Amino acid sequence: MNGMETKAKELLNEALHSGHGACPGCAMPIILRTLLHALGEKTIAAITAGCFGTISGSFPASPIKIPAYNTPFPSAGAAGSGIRAALDVKGDTETTVVAIAGDGGTFDIGIQAISGAAERNDDYIFICYDNEAYMNTGIQRSSATPWGAWTTTTPPSELKVQPKKDIVQIMAAHHIPYVATASIAYPDDFVRKIKKAQKIKGFKFIYAFSPCPVGWRFPSEITIRLARLAVQSKIFPLYEVENGERYTLNVQPEGVPVSEYLKPQGRFNFLREGDMERIQENVDREWERLMRRF
Amino acid sequence: MKKLLTGNSAVSLGVMLCRAEVISAYPITPQTTIVEELSEIVADGRLKARFIRVESEHSAMACVAAASASGARVFTATSSHGLAYMHEMLHWTSGSRLPVVMVNANRAIGSPWNIWCDHSDSLSQRDTGWVQLYCQSAQEALDTVIMAYQIAEKVLLPVMVMEDGFFLSHTSDVVDVPDQKEVDAFLPPFKPRFKLSPQDPHTYNIMADPSMFINFKHDAQQSMEQAKKVIARVDREFKAHFGRSYGTMGNVRMSDADIVLLTMGTAASTALEVVDAFRKQGKKVGLCRLRMFRPFPAEEIGKILSKAKKVAVLDRDNSLGAGGIVAQELKAALYRAAKKPRVFEFIAGLGGKDITPEDIGEIFDYAMSHPGPNGAPVWMGVKK
Repeated sequence: MNGMETKAKELLNEALHSGHGACPGCAMPIILRTLLHALGEKTIAAITAGCFGTISGSFPASPIKIPAYNTPFPSAGAAGSGIRAALDVKGDTETTVVAIAGDGGTFDIGIQAISGAAERNDDYIFICYDNEAYMNTGIQRSSATPWGAWTTTTPPSELKVQPKKDIVQIMAAHHIPYVATASIAYPDDFVRKIKKAQKIKGFKFIYAFSPCPVGWRFPSEITIRLARLAVQSKIFPLYEVENGERYTLNVQPEGVPVSEYLKPQGRFNFLREGDMERIQENVDREWERLMRRF
Repeated sequence: MKKLLTGNSAVSLGVMLCRAEVISAYPITPQTTIVEELSEIVADGRLKARFIRVESEHSAMACVAAASASGARVFTATSSHGLAYMHEMLHWTSGSRLPVVMVNANRAIGSPWNIWCDHSDSLSQRDTGWVQLYCQSAQEALDTVIMAYQIAEKVLLPVMVMEDGFFLSHTSDVVDVPDQKEVDAFLPPFKPRFKLSPQDPHTYNIMADPSMFINFKHDAQQSMEQAKKVIARVDREFKAHFGRSYGTMGNVRMSDADIVLLTMGTAASTALEVVDAFRKQGKKVGLCRLRMFRPFPAEEIGKILSKAKKVAVLDRDNSLGAGGIVAQELKAALYRAAKKPRVFEFIAGLGGKDITPEDIGEIFDYAMSHPGPNGAPVWMGVKK
């Protein structure tokens, strides 16, 4: 990993102004600031329902400096394709199109349109900010919610017993030119990936990890630390997949025990005896499975 | 140039002549051949456009709406379940004030499965904020597509053009296809005041709180009201350019008619023959074909029917628990009319069942032999 080249100060001169309605400590605005900082102002965004759709202004004020088009929950994938097609037919091949959705708009209600756009290899960037539940409606489980997590629809007596859907593998299986995971704890890596995606023609999928203080029940000042712990504990590996086959690991994790990542989060307060070990085993097994692809 | 064309081919050529720039659609019977022909037209370079072969109708509408917001002239087509699947996006598109043009080849909605014509698909989308125009011939379908872009781009509301599935979509007729130059002279390129552009960034469709939301809806309502005048004006301009016009209603044999049949789509052409046959027998019957369903021409329809004693409404649809939708709309419109004919209601032709001249004869006979309607709508052709 290179030194920290991206200064927080640089991110202040970005396309997402203050005045948005995100909760204190929310990772999503940091993701968007990093994204828009990397893309520059010659960018058009399609935004779905979800946390970002909700916080992105109230008529007539908008905190977004670039042109942005809100589209219903399932349709980020299709809206990105429509904007790209309109620009192309008018001869504008310079402007970057980015579609932005949460885990609901990506893993669940949005997956059909995204799969369609990926299969067509439409030329734009799709970024998912994954906060691992339907946070905008009040912390209901999604297929991105991890095993053993509390949400308002998986109460302590019936915690989520299904593993998280592997969206990176799903997208990589479309054999699109570029899939990458990204973390706000590694801004240089994040910015590099966005700039790389911007140069590649075809469908690019960026999967960003988005710790949520409200939904995960942790103090708002440890957002970045949790994001780093997720990478270092192998829960959220930072890697790239090119054309569905060329895998590159970007950060070699120290292998911090998952308990260090899980314990600060109130959503894991209801784990029973042995669950922590079980999660550690699952993470280790998934890591080994992933490493076989490199 | 005169050509022998199906309704769907006429639509495809109309879209080509309008120089649509982004087309996105998902195939569904009986709309399918529109998608096939347009993909060929784009592939062989007759139309400089992007054709996006999406994975669903929801995506088709989401895609063309976003392309329209980006400043492109757009088109899609669907039928039945496809239209129902778009429902959320239909509201969104009109709420976003995007001049999307769509053709719907009318088809029943299941269950049970049925691929044949009725109007329940488009009429169940009547409250989504789209202009709705119902055609009777392939020529009218082609002409209406051309007019639809003029209308949509003037009032900034999307326009849905209806053609009866199979009866119109798949039957051939002689169609006068206008020259490209003539269409270009009638329909200038789409130049929206606002579009998604890094040179002039705006955020579209953000939250409008309770103090603002009603204003958006009121503005759209005013535009829909204005659409009545715009549609009439575009129809006149179209006549000046191409020599054909359709009005908001097709009224025939109405000047002295005591009993009028009101219907939409191809059933009107069958009805016209029956009207003429009845007239030969000295029976004063007339025909009113409703072409513009949204905005609903309430005042105009009240005026036109003011001389009639009875109106028989032939609905190719039914709203469970409330009756035929055209009849409901007509009755609401007549409430404010000075003179109110008696309204007889008939449900016929659901799921592609033929509406025969005999059926229409029966409808007229019923209306003539009964002083007033008997309460519930009469269902035609239900097997005992």
